[in-house]
This record gives sequence, C-alpha cells and structure tokens, in this order.
Amino acid sequence: MEMQWMDLLLEPLSYVFIRRGLIALAIVGGLSAVIGCFVVVRGMAFFGDALAHTILPGVALSYTASGGSLGSNLFIGGLGAGIVSALIIAWMTRDNRLKEDTAIALVFVTMFALGIVLISTQQNYSVDLAHILFGSINGISRNDLFIMSGMAAFVLLVIGVLYKEFIIISFDLSLAYTLKLPVEALRVLLLVLIAVTIVASLQAVGIALMLALLTAPAATARLLVNRMHWMILLSALIGTSCGIIGFYLSYYLDVPSGAAIVLTMSSVFAVVFIAQKVVQQVRLMPPFGTTAAAPANPQSVAE
Amino acid sequence: MESLRTEDHIDFNTYPRPHIALDVDTVSAGYPGDRFAIENMTFSVQAGERVAIIGPNGAGKSTLFKAIVGLVPFTRGHISIHGEDCRTSHNMVGYVPQHGEIDWSFPVTVRDVVMMGRTRQIGWVLPPLPRDHRAVTDLLEKLSLSSVANRQIGELSGGQRRRVFIARALAQETDVLLMDEPFTGVDTTAEQEIMRTLDILTESGITILLATHDLSRAAESFDKMLLVNRQAIAYGTPREVMTPDVLSRAYANAIQVYENDGNTFMIADEHGCGD
Repeated sequence: MEMQWMDLLLEPLSYVFIRRGLIALAIVGGLSAVIGCFVVVRGMAFFGDALAHTILPGVALSYTASGGSLGSNLFIGGLGAGIVSALIIAWMTRDNRLKEDTAIALVFVTMFALGIVLISTQQNYSVDLAHILFGSINGISRNDLFIMSGMAAFVLLVIGVLYKEFIIISFDLSLAYTLKLPVEALRVLLLVLIAVTIVASLQAVGIALMLALLTAPAATARLLVNRMHWMILLSALIGTSCGIIGFYLSYYLDVPSGAAIVLTMSSVFAVVFIAQKVVQQVRLMPPFGTTAAAPANPQSVAE
Repeated sequence: MESLRTEDHIDFNTYPRPHIALDVDTVSAGYPGDRFAIENMTFSVQAGERVAIIGPNGAGKSTLFKAIVGLVPFTRGHISIHGEDCRTSHNMVGYVPQHGEIDWSFPVTVRDVVMMGRTRQIGWVLPPLPRDHRAVTDLLEKLSLSSVANRQIGELSGGQRRRVFIARALAQETDVLLMDEPFTGVDTTAEQEIMRTLDILTESGITILLATHDLSRAAESFDKMLLVNRQAIAYGTPREVMTPDVLSRAYANAIQVYENDGNTFMIADEHGCGD
C-alpha cells in the first residue's frame, strides 16, 4: 500500500520537464503567498488582479517580437508592463482627486485590451493566449526556473530587509509620516514587488488565476493566526503545499496547473473557514447537561 | 526593577522649560485642488502645556494635526517643533489618529504596535534590540497595558485602544503629542482611563494637543483652549475662550451659550457623532 503511494508521488518526477514544473509551482505558490499577505491586509485584492492583467501587452510584445514563442523572453516584457502599470496607478492616485479603484480599473482594461490586440496579430494565437491566461507548466525550461528563483529571491530579500517599514505603511500611514519614512518610495516599491511576483508566476498559473494565489493562502493564514510574521510564514507554507498538491492533481487529472492549484487553495480556505464557524457554534452552545432545563416555550420542542 | 528605569531609556525632559514646544505660524493647509481646510492659522504652545482644540465639524482640527505631522501638505506658513522646522527637524511629534482611521482587524498585537513607534531608534534593516524590548515593556507598564500586551488590537476595550496608540507615540521618544478626538465614541469608564493617562503624560512633562467636541471636558481639564473654524478664532485659558461671545464666532447657530454668575452653560446641536 505504502509503495503504491510512493509510486504515485514519484512517477511524474521521472521526466525532467515535469520535475521542473513541480519546483516552479512550489516556488510561485510560496512566493505569491508571502507578498499576498500584504495584498490581503492592505485590501489590495482588486489591485493585484488588475496588475496581473496589465502585464498582458508586455507579454504580447515579447511574444510577437520573438515570432510567437512562449519562453523566458516573456518575463522581460511582462516585468516591464507590470512595473509601468504599477507606476502609472501609483501616480494617478497620488492626490485624492481620482479614487484608487477607478484608476486601477482604467489602467487594467486599457492594458488588457492592448495586449489582446497585440497577440491577435499572430497566427494561431488562441492556443498561446490560453496558455498565458491559464498557465502551462510543461513549457518551463531550466532557464525559466533560474529566472523564477531569482525573482523569488529578490522579492523575499527586499521584504526581509524592509519588513518593519512595509508593515508600518500598510498599517498606519500617519505613523509612517511622523517617523519621516520615505512613504511614497516604499509604497511604489511594494507595488513593484507585487508586479515581479505576478510575472514570476505567469508561466505556471497564468494571468487570470493569479489573484487566487495572492489572496487564498494569506486569507487562510489570517483566519488562523493574529500576527503578521506568523501569518506570512503560515501563508508561505500553505501556498507551497497547495502548489505541490495542485501539481499532482494537474498531472493525474490532466487539467491546467493554474486551475488545479487555485481549487486546492480555495478548498483549504473553505475547510478552515467552515471548521472555525463550526467550532464557534459549538463553543456558543451550553455544555451537556445544562440544556436539560425545561424550554421556555414547550411548542419549540414539538417542532 | 526594570520598570522603574523608564527615564533611562526615554528622557522626556531634554529641553529647558519654559519654552515654546510647538509654533504654528500663518499656516494654510489642505489637499491640492481643494480650497484650504485651514487658513492663516497662528498659535504657539509652551512645553508641558495641555491644549484642547475645539471647533465645529469640518473646522479643520484634523487637518491642522495632519499638517503638523506631514500627512497633509501645507503650502504657506511655518511650523516648528522646539524651534526647528517640522519638515527638516529630527524632532518628531507623536500622533494618535482618530479611532476610525485604524484597521483594528490588522494582524498585530499591542506590543507590535508600540514597537512600531521605535522604528527610528531601531534603524533600517535591523530587528528590535533588547533595549527596544525593554523600552516597550516599560511603556506598556506605565500605561497599564502589560496584561494585554500579546492581544490582537481588535480585542481591546475603547480605553485600551487609545492607550496603545499613546504608548506608540511615546515610544517615538517625542515630547509633543497630538491626539485626534480620543473621547469620541468611548464610554465614561474609558474617558476616565484616558484622563488618567493624560495626567501621567503631563507629569512626565509632555506637551499635549487634543482635539475634542467635549467643550466642558476641555474647559475642565486643559490649560488652554484653541477655538478653530478654518482659522484660529480664539486662543487662551478656558475662562477667556468659554464666553458666549467667543464661542458663537466659531459655532454660529450650532451652539447656544448662556452665562450666569460666571458659569457658562451650553446647549450644543452637535456631538461629533458623525466621525
């Protein structure tokens, strides 16, 4: 019995490109879960979703320039478009004249439409568009994996170095100003880190489902712990595990990896959420024995 | 015995007294594009004084605080803390934001929030050092928060919530404290807790500016009152400010004031519930 389980786990790993897929999903699952904690506590879910979509024209440019190939070149275009979009949104919302969600929505749809126009100039674009939107782990090269790891290391390092400051600008801007921190620079840097994370995850999960990786593990972790650093660690653990579980589901059920990961993550969230509700209800109930008192309304017994 | 050594870490008495702790000179401030929320505001506060800032809703009490802190730009005038320009000075002011401006579900504990105040002392990159942990422990002790130090901030009572942010401001090692409507939305128990805390602060020589809608509380427990309505309408002792003549200049019809044998009676239409 045990052998069979081991076989199930090891079988896919005999192919090198599938092994790379597993590593990629574990990396992007964990990375997105870490930066996602900031997305969740800052209430930036819509921004995260929008930013994921705004990288499309950059990806499309790289794709078109390379004559229609999906490779490491996509990172460059995606990163460029993501950072440009993040900066445009940050600049549009600097003074309070335009509400942030409006600015985000405008940049989001404009960039996404631009991306579709660019991609549609290529022949047979629909298959590649589907890969960009929903991810595909089969095409991940050794080089891609290096770039992903590099991006992940960069994001985690910056978060580690500026952890105190990122918490302060997320929790209470007024303190950031009284401490005379470079608030605007920190805010833009955090947006750029989100953009880098999205681009790193692009190949494995795709644009359309990116939002789940940013929010689901962090939201699950928030249900379970009350301090930011525990939330980040737990979220990373959940994100990485779901990446790995999603990989096997994707392999055995032959479904897109992005969708498999997202469904794993939302299932974990649902289980924790419902379990907590049940526990709360049970705690509210009086202990056994004390309920024996006669009900005030005898009719309720009959019902 | 550690708790008795608070003054070793946080010296509230660096500056000679009496001197001007906060000077606001013909300041106009507000977000760009809007008309100024405050205009030509001028007043100064002596070190160690307790000043209540009063005025109707939308009078610019919060904007004044935010301009001093740097949250709202001021385009005209000059603000100085202990004689140094507030924008370039190394001196910080402590700011206790309005209750509604804080995300109480944020995953931080009381200790975490107070530690945030020490960010400048800790410095970039480094985690808090033992001296920072000691300073925070002392402050929690001083403000009677030790028993809730490890609670998430949303689990606190109204009085405790305000004290956490006072402790955080003190952790910055500042001696000028701005408090934006700490009495709004608290019950009488919490109000008494906050008043006791203010007494502790005054004993430590801290200068306090506090925005409030509670005129009788302001008149009772503060050295001076600053009446604002986009401008500084009146500034002086409660006896000078709490006259029908002066108050009606800011509140217009929103308040009725009667004076009888030196006692002032007010009937106000607003209680600041809209915040």
